[in-house]
Amino acid sequence: MYKVKVYVTLRESVLDPQGKAVMNSLHKMGQSEVEDVRIGKYLELTLQKGDYDLDAKIVAMCSKLLSNPVIEDYRYEVEEVVAQ
Amino acid sequence: MKFAVIVFPGSNCDTDMYHAVKDELGADVEYVWHDETDLSGFDGILLPGGFSYGDYLRTGAIAQFSNVMGEIVKAANAGKPVLGVCNGFQILLETGLLPGAMRRNESLKFICQPEELVVENGATMFTSQYEKGERIIVPVAHGEGNYYCDEETLMLLKENNQIVFTYANNPNGSVENIAGITNKSGNVLGMMPHPERAVDELLGSKDGLKLFQSIVKSWRENYVAAT
Repeated sequence: MYKVKVYVTLRESVLDPQGKAVMNSLHKMGQSEVEDVRIGKYLELTLQKGDYDLDAKIVAMCSKLLSNPVIEDYRYEVEEVVAQ
Repeated sequence: MKFAVIVFPGSNCDTDMYHAVKDELGADVEYVWHDETDLSGFDGILLPGGFSYGDYLRTGAIAQFSNVMGEIVKAANAGKPVLGVCNGFQILLETGLLPGAMRRNESLKFICQPEELVVENGATMFTSQYEKGERIIVPVAHGEGNYYCDEETLMLLKENNQIVFTYANNPNGSVENIAGITNKSGNVLGMMPHPERAVDELLGSKDGLKLFQSIVKSWRENYVAAT
């Protein structure tokens, strides 16, 4: 089995109003060193092994559904795990 | 002319849309469940507002893989009018029938209030009953209506007159005050404001009714006059 960890964030060029609100709140908390906050999503997929191109499959899922390429970027990590 | 109001799990403006078309416009209309695989009997497709699939993942993201979406793409490619309001607009963006994407409102607040819109293009099949530059009052109700597209897309939208409605007082941070856009061929309109909620003076405004009347007029000119 594969465990695929997908991280989705707003693109650098896209303003993140939620992140900005959290940053302001951190500043109020006294954390004045914080320069930027970006909020994203974390998804964990478990895939059966098989005769397929894993990267191509992940890219297809990420670009068509898991992220919206117009405003979001994604990156992923793959871990091999033993089926339970 | 017969309209379909597409109903997804979580749609909540479907009844308003149905009422606007049936009672105020006086046209034929039917609810169509998202699992349907045939829309050939309909002349116009209406995607209502709401929270399809609970807005899971992103607004409109899950709905793009509903059975009915393939039929909606087919209808759009055939030149039939397709109108997406609010969540319907978000679905059209996610499906790729319209360019761009929606972000959270700049204020992070859900905004629910009447808005003054400017009709930027009065020559589309959705706006022929308006004058270019006309100001109309149509309510908005959304948390994610902050329209975004890159510079290149924006240039194309302007070049092709695809920006149909703008906000007089931008409530959500949308690029270029955009409230509604069409696709390049002009038969798919997505807009965040709710014209179906502005069809009677009792509702505070009937400025939205002309949008539906424009669709019928264009359909009559194309199909009734020709036969």
